[in-house]
Amino acid sequence: MSARAIGFSFAQANGIIGGVIMVVVVAAALIGMMWTPYDPLRLDIMARLQGPSAAHWLGTDEFGRDVLSRLMSGARTSSWISLSTVLFATIGGTAIGVIAGFLRGWADRLMMVANDALLAFPGLLLALGIMAVFGASRNGIIIALGLAYMPTVVRVVRGVVLSIRELEYVEASRVMGNSEFVTMARHIVPNCIAPITVLATSLFGWVLLAESALSFLGLGVPPPAATWGNMLATGRPYIGQAPWLVIFPGLCISVTLLGINLLGDALRDRLDPRMRR
Amino acid sequence: MLRFVLQRLAMAIPTLLIVAVTVFVLMRLVPGDPASLMLGDLASAGQVEALRKQMGLDQPIPVQFAMWFGNVLSGDFGRSINTGQDVLPLIFDRFSVSATIVLLAVGIAALIGVPIGMIAAWRQKGALDLGIITGATLLLSIPSFWLGLMLLLFFGLQLGWLPVVGYVSFGQDFWAALLYIAMPVATLVLVETGVITRMARASTIEVMQLEYITHARAKGLSEPAVLWRHAFKNAFAPTWTIIGLILGNLLGSIAVIETVFTIPGLGRLLVDSIYARDYPVVQGCLLFIAGIYIVVNLIVDMLYPLFDPRVTI
Amino acid sequence: MTTPATFNGAPSLLEVDRLTVRVGAEGPAVVEDLSFSLAAGEILALVGESGSGKTMAARAVLDLLPSPLVISAGRIGFDGVDLARLDPQALRRIRGARIGMVFQEPMVSLNPSMTIGRQMAEGLRLHKRLPASEIRARCLAMLERIRIADPERCLAAYPHEFSGGMRQRIMLASVMLLKPALLIADEPTTALDTLAQREVLQLMTELTRENGTAVLMISHDLGMVAHYAQRAVVMRQGRAVEIGDTQRVLLAPQDAYTRRLIDALPRRGAARAPAPSDQAPLLALQDVVVDYAGRRRLFSQGAGTRAVSGVSLTISVGETLALVGASGSGKTTLGRAIAGLVRPSGGEIRFRGRPIGSSAGRDGRAQRLNIQMIFQDPFSSLDPRMRVADIIEEPLRLLPDLSRRERKARAIEMLTDVGLEPQHAGRFPHQLSGGQRQRVAIARAIVRRPAFVVADEPVSALDMTVQKQILALFRRLQERYGFACLFVSHDLGAVEQVADRVAVMEGGRIVETGTRDEVFDRPQHSYTRALLDAAMLLDRSFGDADIRAGEERNLG
Repeated sequence: MSARAIGFSFAQANGIIGGVIMVVVVAAALIGMMWTPYDPLRLDIMARLQGPSAAHWLGTDEFGRDVLSRLMSGARTSSWISLSTVLFATIGGTAIGVIAGFLRGWADRLMMVANDALLAFPGLLLALGIMAVFGASRNGIIIALGLAYMPTVVRVVRGVVLSIRELEYVEASRVMGNSEFVTMARHIVPNCIAPITVLATSLFGWVLLAESALSFLGLGVPPPAATWGNMLATGRPYIGQAPWLVIFPGLCISVTLLGINLLGDALRDRLDPRMRR
Repeated sequence: MLRFVLQRLAMAIPTLLIVAVTVFVLMRLVPGDPASLMLGDLASAGQVEALRKQMGLDQPIPVQFAMWFGNVLSGDFGRSINTGQDVLPLIFDRFSVSATIVLLAVGIAALIGVPIGMIAAWRQKGALDLGIITGATLLLSIPSFWLGLMLLLFFGLQLGWLPVVGYVSFGQDFWAALLYIAMPVATLVLVETGVITRMARASTIEVMQLEYITHARAKGLSEPAVLWRHAFKNAFAPTWTIIGLILGNLLGSIAVIETVFTIPGLGRLLVDSIYARDYPVVQGCLLFIAGIYIVVNLIVDMLYPLFDPRVTI
Repeated sequence: MTTPATFNGAPSLLEVDRLTVRVGAEGPAVVEDLSFSLAAGEILALVGESGSGKTMAARAVLDLLPSPLVISAGRIGFDGVDLARLDPQALRRIRGARIGMVFQEPMVSLNPSMTIGRQMAEGLRLHKRLPASEIRARCLAMLERIRIADPERCLAAYPHEFSGGMRQRIMLASVMLLKPALLIADEPTTALDTLAQREVLQLMTELTRENGTAVLMISHDLGMVAHYAQRAVVMRQGRAVEIGDTQRVLLAPQDAYTRRLIDALPRRGAARAPAPSDQAPLLALQDVVVDYAGRRRLFSQGAGTRAVSGVSLTISVGETLALVGASGSGKTTLGRAIAGLVRPSGGEIRFRGRPIGSSAGRDGRAQRLNIQMIFQDPFSSLDPRMRVADIIEEPLRLLPDLSRRERKARAIEMLTDVGLEPQHAGRFPHQLSGGQRQRVAIARAIVRRPAFVVADEPVSALDMTVQKQILALFRRLQERYGFACLFVSHDLGAVEQVADRVAVMEGGRIVETGTRDEVFDRPQHSYTRALLDAAMLLDRSFGDADIRAGEERNLG
């Protein structure tokens, strides 16, 4: 058995594990839209802070709500927010990046100075600032995180466009007589799709994490609606008496992130042009 | 060398300016009038008007920005609405706490992650490599705040080895400080080690494929010598940049760890001020952290030629 | 194969016996049953095209195979020990000290973050017990020996401060410092241009002769091998197909594949009739200047460089003009200016009597459509996301009077014209070989029947036998469609096969033009002579002084 054979199957196995995890999460979210064991918002003070049991598989929270039902409902909220944010950031960022790469010259440089300045807000900071303005709400999060991550997308897409511009098949298109616009649309943009897909996958992970963090800080989706992040936040005071309230939501976030990371690695291996040849 | 430094500094100026504009504009977008917010609901229209004048709010927006930015440059970040304290000393006070945690964590994570990543790359596709890369991916997938809660649950509550909440500065009591800081630092170390290990591994793999590594082996060098003398410096250069980014990013999201362990750091100050709608403090924190991030990246850039002489000084 | 013969009866230094290298212990063989031997002081060449296993065979000697490859059988005798079965520690004492190795890519074969001095000293420090001052003295002496201008400064410098040719010389020097008994040279000059190639090879022969070092040379270039090696092993798909004295292999090849390789060596065809001189030129360049802008900084702009300074040329209908010169001579830039990819900063390019480039609009565009280009790298010149048929068809889309069906038909017709099968139409570029891709690129360039084609080093990325086929195809197409061509190349062998006229470029200027035979047989300019001297054309080296020089060495 050669080392390469092991490595190959390992990389593939990673991709499959990642894919399966994501399918399970999405399935849970979809089922959670139509059916949950209990109403995730129904209070039952008599049954508060119960440990996992046959009736409540993952226990109940401080208001007696079923944790499993809330996790399923949270899966929906979290994946919906992450998906919208990724779409928002990717589409907006790609448009700006392509235009900047297309224009070059002064317009490009101005856009990049502004973009780099926005990149100078580390991590959650810009999102925190925007949340401070909009207040905690579902759409506020999408806008805040979308704006916060868009500069990254712009940077990457512009870099890809500029590197593809230098390739000989783009020059061939120009020599052929194609206009800059046709060259862009027919040869450059389609070849950006693979790297953008890889980026969007990673972005999904970052956004999910950021959304959980904001909700954990109380600046995300406000209760009583459930997200994995705000379940962690509301469960935190009860960590001594009801540890399941913090164990399960965090486990959900971790497993989902693991799935995305594995899937992203597999995708990168497949789509990275350097790996092909 | 001086030219290089000056050039980088010059390049940071427009960035800093746009950051300031962004922060300023964000705070202007906040619904409601800052003067009436400061005075509360009971103030009369006259009082509000007087304060508006005093704060320069009756001036055109660009003038307001110029006034504010001029004050910031001279070290005056304004005053907290709630406590009346000067913002800058407040920030410095809290920043020392956050900086201690972040610097310790990133330093330790780099010391662990870089060698482990290099060893994984050296044994690429072997069992050791697969083990390391799996472990790193797992660590990187755990949100720091949850990992913190789990450590707190286990070492703090179950075993009772470490204090669960609060902070003691090293100046007050060195050993107590160490106990209090152990869990937050350990949490960040675990998460960031995953990131750094993967980065170090990827860049080492790239370097190990190059001919000068084979050349070094063809000279008769031992494997440790090949790794240390020829691979390390070249592979570390990209990792070094990433370490700078991590440092800054942690400062931007330190609030979650400070929340888990109830530590009075800069992140917590920012989040509490957002709750309290204490906008001068929010503004100050945003600007300060972004500024620190720019400075950190500047330092990282300037030290980069140490690892890669091709980057001109 | 034949049993390894010893050289001139001398005891052999290296004896490779039935060596097999596989991908993993049971995977496919990369080198199979390879046997040869090498005497002290001898130069032996492993010759073959890409995929022949020549490099891996050489790396196996020092166990420097990349990760999945392993030696699965065979013996590598050196100095009475079997290197294939030596423990790593003992092998390390041989690496560098007894067997040195130089590599192909000058850009990545020296450590970029370490000074030249430290890298040179490393081997001496490891294998010889010498005081630091003595090591330094030896390094300086060696740098002086290889005629480095300022040895003291060189020791403190980093590799990126030197040109490719200089780096190869420095690497050679650092390996030869230890006076190894055997030097393995893995295509050490392939990445260099003709003049630098010559210098490095000359230096290699001198240094190894001075120290009595044997050389195992890996090369794809039979012309070069004829010059320097006494014996050659011709390899194909991992196996040796022929072993023998270089002259014997070249003059009387036994194996069919060797014959094909030799046939692929450039030979001059009969000159075509010159274009009638009364005709107006198709393309005329007048004092063309091309500048590249300097690097933009925040507040200033760096100094630009002048790539082409004042070139005047004419090319007639149907004629092939070859533009030759070393890298950096501006030949590629000039070709790109004609194709409209860079804007000349001065002078005028006229096509059919009308200026192009400056005059935009309909007229300029129609002119542009008549000038097409073939690029160097067949890997990056085709859009990876398009199928072959679509790639060839694309230029036709700009002809308004063609229907979709007509376009398709013409693309398929073109496909067969360039020697591809209709079933290739639905493939993606990465499913084709390098030669097939270059055929697609040629088809794309001439599908619209242009009057002029700029070919920028169109065969330099291909194997020798494939080069031959592509050049023949190019010639055939030119005869059929009658397009004129600017053939940009550093490879005088290829130029000799296709050019009607030759222009020699140096430092952005044309130093000599003439018909092919004039320039090759009676070069006027000293630079042209230097280029021709450096090019190892088999036509010239065969049967005269160069082979004799090799013989002298054999005897001496």
